[in-house]
Amino acid sequence: MTDAVASLAEAAPRGLSRGRWALIFVAFAVLVTLLQYAGLLPAALHRLPENVIPPFAIWLDAIFNFVKDDLGLLTLTRTLTEGLQWVLDVTANLLFGKRRWPNIGPIPWTAIAAVTGVIGYSLGGWRMALLGAGTFTWTALIGQWDIAMQTMSVLVVAAPLAFMIGLSLGIAAWKYAWVNTAIKPILSVLQTLPFFTYLLPAVIFFKVGPTAGAVATTIYAIPPMILMTTLGLQKVSPEVVEAGHMSGCTRLQLLRHVYIPSARTEILVGVNQVIMLCLAMVVLTAFIGMPGLGAKLLAMMGSFKLGRSFEIGVTIVLIAVMLDRMSKAWVVKQPEHFPRGTPWWRKHIMSLLAVAAFVFFCIVAQFFELASEIGRRQSLSMGKEIDTLIKDFLAVEWVKATTGFLRAFLNVKVLIPFRNFLLSIPTFALILLIVAFALRLGGHRQATYAAIFFSLVALSGWWDRAVITLYSVISAVTLAMLIGLPIGILAARSEKWSRRVLLACDTAQTFPSFVYLIPAIMLFGITDIAVIFSILIFAMVPLIRYTIEGLRTVPAEMTEAADMSGATRLQKLWKVQLPLALPTMAVGFNQAIMFAFFMVIIAAFIGTQDLGQELQRTLAGTDLGKNFVLGICVALMALTFDLTILKWASDQKKLLGLDR
Amino acid sequence: MRNATTALFAGALAVMPAIGFAADSDDPIVIPIHNWSSQIVMSNVVGQIFESMGNNVEYVTTDSQAVYESVRLGDVTLELEVWEGAFGASFRAAQEKGGIVDVGDHNAVTREDWWYPMWTKEACPGLPDWKALNDCAAVFATAETGDKGRYLDGPVDWLKHGQERVAALGMDFVVVNAGSAAALWAEIGAAEADKRPVVVFNWTPNFAEAVWPGEFVEFPAWEDGCDKDPAVGPNPDALYDCGNPAKGYLKKAAWDGMESKWPAAYGVLSKISFTNAQIAEMAKLVDVDELEPEEAAEEWLDANEDIWKPWIDAGS
Repeated sequence: MTDAVASLAEAAPRGLSRGRWALIFVAFAVLVTLLQYAGLLPAALHRLPENVIPPFAIWLDAIFNFVKDDLGLLTLTRTLTEGLQWVLDVTANLLFGKRRWPNIGPIPWTAIAAVTGVIGYSLGGWRMALLGAGTFTWTALIGQWDIAMQTMSVLVVAAPLAFMIGLSLGIAAWKYAWVNTAIKPILSVLQTLPFFTYLLPAVIFFKVGPTAGAVATTIYAIPPMILMTTLGLQKVSPEVVEAGHMSGCTRLQLLRHVYIPSARTEILVGVNQVIMLCLAMVVLTAFIGMPGLGAKLLAMMGSFKLGRSFEIGVTIVLIAVMLDRMSKAWVVKQPEHFPRGTPWWRKHIMSLLAVAAFVFFCIVAQFFELASEIGRRQSLSMGKEIDTLIKDFLAVEWVKATTGFLRAFLNVKVLIPFRNFLLSIPTFALILLIVAFALRLGGHRQATYAAIFFSLVALSGWWDRAVITLYSVISAVTLAMLIGLPIGILAARSEKWSRRVLLACDTAQTFPSFVYLIPAIMLFGITDIAVIFSILIFAMVPLIRYTIEGLRTVPAEMTEAADMSGATRLQKLWKVQLPLALPTMAVGFNQAIMFAFFMVIIAAFIGTQDLGQELQRTLAGTDLGKNFVLGICVALMALTFDLTILKWASDQKKLLGLDR
Repeated sequence: MRNATTALFAGALAVMPAIGFAADSDDPIVIPIHNWSSQIVMSNVVGQIFESMGNNVEYVTTDSQAVYESVRLGDVTLELEVWEGAFGASFRAAQEKGGIVDVGDHNAVTREDWWYPMWTKEACPGLPDWKALNDCAAVFATAETGDKGRYLDGPVDWLKHGQERVAALGMDFVVVNAGSAAALWAEIGAAEADKRPVVVFNWTPNFAEAVWPGEFVEFPAWEDGCDKDPAVGPNPDALYDCGNPAKGYLKKAAWDGMESKWPAAYGVLSKISFTNAQIAEMAKLVDVDELEPEEAAEEWLDANEDIWKPWIDAGS
């Protein structure tokens, strides 16, 4: 308690002066903008003149070509590609019968569904068994078995690869401080770099097709694994390590038998994250030749088949929810210990059951063709019916009236003027405003980063597009807060509703974002509002999730104290719960911004004039330099917010004494 | 199903003369697949023809622009639909770098231009003439464009020069770029519900013709040099003051190592030529009859043996 007071006292004067500086910056920015409006500002101060912009793209291209050809990186990666290709061929043969060694596939769908059911049962009882077997049965019956297995054949390689690399790097980062320092900034950049920036190098170095898809997926999924591993190892209690030392463990034994089992929970949470991120990439990697559900989804969207693309979306969600629940059940389930003398078959009953089910269905499939494969003609796809349903809904009078109003009011009166306003602010003034924001919330260090990062964006020569990107993100996150926070607060009031809303969040997050795009366009046309609407759905998820999380983890003593002093429900919420939940909510807010930066790039498929549009354009060619410059611009902007808000959240946590 | 196909191919293999097959490499011929149905089915048709000749074939999903780089590197063996308008530039760029060869044109012609679904004609009866279109620009206005009409152009990277044409011909239109083909369809689909008039970028052959009957706007006819020499076309001071070529090519391209590695397949590829009607039929099998592409290709091959058998005989 005394600590908290001391830090409060220490922070107060610093915060004040920081606030005053921030105010001065804002005032100066306003002044510059007013000068611009009055026509007194020289053009060179409004926007950087063309001739001072360094040709970053050309430099990067040169460096890239040097590394690729002269240092022989391409030869190396192409060799690695062959190894990867071999592994992928094996899984492809097993899962969907590609004609490669070992030439025994495809495994019948009934066998896979049955084995998943058994695994589900052993992890979480009948409900989990039903979820596992049910997901695969649905996939087969709806006629998506082959494409789902094409996706799985890559994921079963990419996810373990990400796990192993992540685990090793995580251990290295925990063991050696320098690795940790080196890896942290790279991870931050990797997590904010737009996905389109991974695609082009993946294609060039790892050959278009499942190999590039596997590599891009792996890279995308590694960061949380590293972070969780390091976190878990750091938390291992010294007593356990001591015990290990006393029983004479070597260093390797200590790691293998003491540290890793003690950090089991965190490592498994990392595994869960890896799986989720891999699934999130299913559609995006289709752009670089990843076969399966994603490629099919894009093809379906290209021929305006809403129903079928919706069904593919449902399959992806089901697989994601199944794997998520199963891996979480695995986290909770502690290793079983049997009394001495338990017979061998008793200890391994679940594995035996799985093998039996597998063999049984493999044999059945030899006699009944339907048990091994379901083609389009026998499937239960409802594509056309869903098509009609969606189209009818969009044509309903009140839906059209609402969207018409939103388009005429929100878009024309609010969004477009806001965008034009942001574009009218001189480059220098806008940077100052952002620096002021970083200074007020974060501190001097964050303000310096903000200044450097945004100046680099200005120097990249893509300022106007960067501002439009920023505009979409700000608008979408603001709207997401207006809608998401009340939902989160209401849902947090009861356990039951929290669970329901969180499930909806999971679904919205794993449902492939591309599927939203078409209804968004049909509702709002190709306008900013459609772009913002599609970002909104994505950005609301973390806001709601962390609001619920924050409110429900407010210490019970605090709420009881409020109750005892006779606070009304509203007072309790405003004066006690929200302030205490605010740091956690800020983390959600931060994630919402990160998600928005991710999604705004994908919204280029609706039609935008921002960085995403240019990025999408570079996908067509070999403009690797430009692709990188654009990607880094997005990453720098996202990083500025990330650093600032997380700093603020951790400061607040310390102030409130919530930091354990 | 799969067994039936194998049997069919085995049969086809038996009756075909066995000349030249032995020379083809056992490595798979990699055929790229993009995100529109006719191309997917055509790729499967050609792949199954190659398989019937004893070749190994693999399909890989790729971006339709990035594919030329992959063909050049030999990662992908061929490309069956090189559209003059959409991919001509990427193809030529790759050709200049080397590694990709032109394997001749399909019989089919392609056209890409401003297009409207039939119901639009009720609101603007003078169509398809472009002057008539311009006279009823207000009909195409949206909340964002004020009293000007809105023309929905293809994605920027398709380089359609809608903006330049509007300026060159002095039209009362605002050009909005869609982000993807899917975005174009979504707009047409939304307009269909209340028969709202729209004018969008579209092309043929395309599945959309079957779903929404429509017509192209007739601009001043294309003349060579319209994109390079301002003097060509009605406006003496501007480029892009005419419509796109009404008969663009649809080309086949291949990796330059294909001829020596799979000579027989290359020979057949050079003979392959589909017509607009055949391409539309392939697209219909998937888009309207809802078959999977492999099944659609099998069906098409079964029904059209007299068309593709001669290619094999002539190619080898």
